Amino acid sequence: MNSTERELLQLIEKNGRLETTTIAKLMGISEEETKQILEKLEKEKVILGYSAIIDWTKGTEEGAVTAMIDVKVTPKRGVGFDKVAERIYRFPEVKAVYLMSGVYDLSVSIEGKTMAEVGRFVSEKLSTIDSVISTTTHFILKKYKHDGLVFSDNDEDKRIVVSP
Amino acid sequence: MITEPTSKYLSNTVQSIQPSGIRRFFDLASSMENVISLGVGEPDFVTPWNVIEASYHSLEQGYTAYTANAGLFELRKEISRYMKRRFGVTYSAEEEIVVTVGASQAIDLALRAVLNPGEEVIVVEPSFVSYAPTVTLAGGVPVPVNTYSEDDFKLQPEQIEAAITNKTKVIMLCSPNNPTGTVLSKGDLERIAEVVEKHDLLVISDEIYAELTYDEPYTSFPAVKNLRDRTILISGFSKAFAMTGWRLGFACGPKAILQAMLKIHQYTMMCAPTMAQHAALEALVNGQKDVVKMKESYRQRRSLVIHALEEMGLSCHVPGGAFYVFPSIKKTGLSSEEFAEQLLMKEQVAVVLGSVFGESGEGHVRCSYATSVQKLEEAMRRIDRFLQTL
Ligand SMILES: Cc1ncc(COP(=O)(O)O)c(C=O)c1O
Repeated sequence: MNSTERELLQLIEKNGRLETTTIAKLMGISEEETKQILEKLEKEKVILGYSAIIDWTKGTEEGAVTAMIDVKVTPKRGVGFDKVAERIYRFPEVKAVYLMSGVYDLSVSIEGKTMAEVGRFVSEKLSTIDSVISTTTHFILKKYKHDGLVFSDNDEDKRIVVSP
Repeated sequence: MITEPTSKYLSNTVQSIQPSGIRRFFDLASSMENVISLGVGEPDFVTPWNVIEASYHSLEQGYTAYTANAGLFELRKEISRYMKRRFGVTYSAEEEIVVTVGASQAIDLALRAVLNPGEEVIVVEPSFVSYAPTVTLAGGVPVPVNTYSEDDFKLQPEQIEAAITNKTKVIMLCSPNNPTGTVLSKGDLERIAEVVEKHDLLVISDEIYAELTYDEPYTSFPAVKNLRDRTILISGFSKAFAMTGWRLGFACGPKAILQAMLKIHQYTMMCAPTMAQHAALEALVNGQKDVVKMKESYRQRRSLVIHALEEMGLSCHVPGGAFYVFPSIKKTGLSSEEFAEQLLMKEQVAVVLGSVFGESGEGHVRCSYATSVQKLEEAMRRIDRFLQTL
């Protein structure tokens, strides 16, 4: 990856909604070049997607529930961690799956509308997978920071309007 | 001017200086709602967290007392290392560095330490608003030398020659400059250095924006051959480390002058705030990465703004540093005051009128791009719309 590509990625990592024209002007390159780089990085799957980070606790009644589940797995012959992980990450409720070092094997993050819904997923879908030995579910009570973004309102400009 | 009866007690000096033009415009701008401000001469970042933590730590450890007058020795040692590492100039932490309450105080100390009544100081304009008044307050006489957009606001050595009289003692330089963003290259400095040496002048070099240069490696004035011992270098933490509110700066220079400055500092200020000094120490030791990140962001936004101004046909040289652009608004036929005032009234965008930075700033406005991309884009749209109505 060259430095122009890296600079562009850093810009859209912070704000995925930046217009191509804005990116081009910020970087001092042409719009055409910006488009080409974006297409290339998308094709190479360096850019996997563009998503918004949303505070669902604001203004919605349902308010999504997020849980982190520590999963212990028996790595069976011919199955390994990858296959089990795949079975888990195919469920649409699952937001993230990581293979971990330490006392458990997979860290699974899932989102549901209610705690009951998350509970059902764990008891009916996750724990019934053959190689899953045990699960420990942690509900997230409050999000302070996620993907580098702080979940608070306290970011107004504290500078005076005109200063030397 | 003040007219109440008590004004008779005021000194002639203080009566002779005008309140800052920025101040008046501030009152106007802050009385309005929904203003997008490009009038802010300070970073839009908050101070990096590790630096803030260092000040908490300082307080938790009970450092609530004065420090040495010249500043914490640890901090001075680190400033010395920093000056060597970044700019290749060597200063002794014991005798040649004083930690001050902002670069502002360092400027004041420098002028008071060297000026006798009536001695002249060449002030390169457009300049930071404090230079001329602090010269006057120190008993000196500011002699403005104008620079122009045609020269990218670079001082020409002949201009110094022309301004010199037998009273000239000091020349004040600022690179990158506030408000023009102009950076003097090594070559520019060498040419200025010749005149400075020839006329045996002292230089006060305000390098507070030195970390924020975008195109060429920075040359510090005292790094130019033979110039170290006739230069008082002024710098601080406000701009590069996003620490304007901490009020911390420093001066470096030849021992005799710095010790004289220290004398004034010890009687008038005692020392800079202790927790801010601990924070500054952290900034120097571990802050460079943040500086680079912030600078990268300013560089991108400079590009955005220059592009936008170009598209709307406001001519503007490309500033090599700081976070200001200083476009000419002459083609609108408005004075910089009329332009800034009408823009504020019609489109709620605050810019600073160029004339507050000296006569040669007239016909320009200062726009700071230390503001979010979103606000910058909106401000540029509004300025464009404003131009269409003229
Ligand atoms: C050129 C210049 N020098 C000095 C200062 C003051 O800096 P400090 O906050 O360190 O007093 C400023 C602030 O705007 C400036 O632009």
